[in-house]
Amino acid sequence: MSAMAPALRVCRGILKELRASIGPTYNKSLAYNYVMDQFRKNKITGERYCRAQQEAHHDSNTYLCLLGSTRTHLALHKLYHAKGECSQESAAAMVGLRLPEQPGGKGWEK
Amino acid sequence: MFRRLVRLQGPLGNILSPDKVCPRNQQLRCAVNYSSALVEKRRFYKDVSISQSEGGLYEVNLDRRKLKTPGGKLFTAPNEAMAIAVATEWDAQKDTLKYYTMHLTTLCNTALDNPTHRTKEQMISAALKFLETDTVCYRVDDPPSLVELQKNEWDPVLHWIENRYNVTIGSSSNILGPEIPKETKDTFRQHLKSYNFWSMTGLEFVITQLKSVVLAIGVIDRHLSVEQAVLLSRLEEEYQIKYWGNVEWAHDYESYELRARTAAGALFVHLSSESSTIKRKLMQN
Repeated sequence: MSAMAPALRVCRGILKELRASIGPTYNKSLAYNYVMDQFRKNKITGERYCRAQQEAHHDSNTYLCLLGSTRTHLALHKLYHAKGECSQESAAAMVGLRLPEQPGGKGWEK
Repeated sequence: MFRRLVRLQGPLGNILSPDKVCPRNQQLRCAVNYSSALVEKRRFYKDVSISQSEGGLYEVNLDRRKLKTPGGKLFTAPNEAMAIAVATEWDAQKDTLKYYTMHLTTLCNTALDNPTHRTKEQMISAALKFLETDTVCYRVDDPPSLVELQKNEWDPVLHWIENRYNVTIGSSSNILGPEIPKETKDTFRQHLKSYNFWSMTGLEFVITQLKSVVLAIGVIDRHLSVEQAVLLSRLEEEYQIKYWGNVEWAHDYESYELRARTAAGALFVHLSSESSTIKRKLMQN
């Protein structure tokens, strides 16, 4: 098992993610209580290499990855893929062009 | 509201018969309508909570209503941790519901509904078949720096899994891929049989995402972290990105989506197969 971030950093990371996704009431949420509980329970162990502790550490890393990447993915989606179609003018403006204008109209309008 | 509509249409011939619309007695319990893919559903609940039902299963409640699967079944999670994780996904939704961000919910729904009627044996056979086209076994011949990179990054994982399970897999650079000996497949089949149906669903999901059985088992056995596994799965893409440059709206988008899905799959497997007890030891001097 290669080096993972220390437990405290993972814990802080998870709480930050919860705060970002749920909002200011995150410290009353179910996830907050469960995560803090788990971290406290696994902190003290009599073994030198405690498998349950290592497993919990890996799981906490996995959960942090899940929360962080869903949030980032959603942000990227909103930024790049969620704007829908834009008008002809803005599509042209994206590459620095303008739509041509013909004074007097094209003849078939109105 | 539906009752009034039906009465209006009644004399003209039952255009909206009550059976075709969501039946009245189910309407109050029908918590989520998954079917509308085009219209965005607004968040219609304020609080998300969990409750324990008989048999040690947990349910998720959106305000007063119980969450249901797309198949109409009552949503039940095998333990509290899974229920809390799913509840958090629902709680994280802002104005509209974005189902594509609720990975754990989707996995639970798949395990509960089993819409394609897969059995565990089918999933195990599919996974073993996939081993023949495993990403880390498929090597390129050029450019030499990519060959080197694949050797340095993928060989250690292959060695790890070969030692851990006492099997031979090997790698190859021809188009047919490696020859997986029958003993290897038998060993893995025995190992995969020990997973329950939910865990196997999760494992199949991770294999499909990472395009590799070796990397999936690496994550599930906690040998690799999710980020490492995703990096190894996308090794050639990362190599090309370093050479040609990164395009955020494609590369990062895919990378984060892959990370999210793999993390969800791994967590799903671990939560489906764990059971924990606390033993308090007395301090001994």
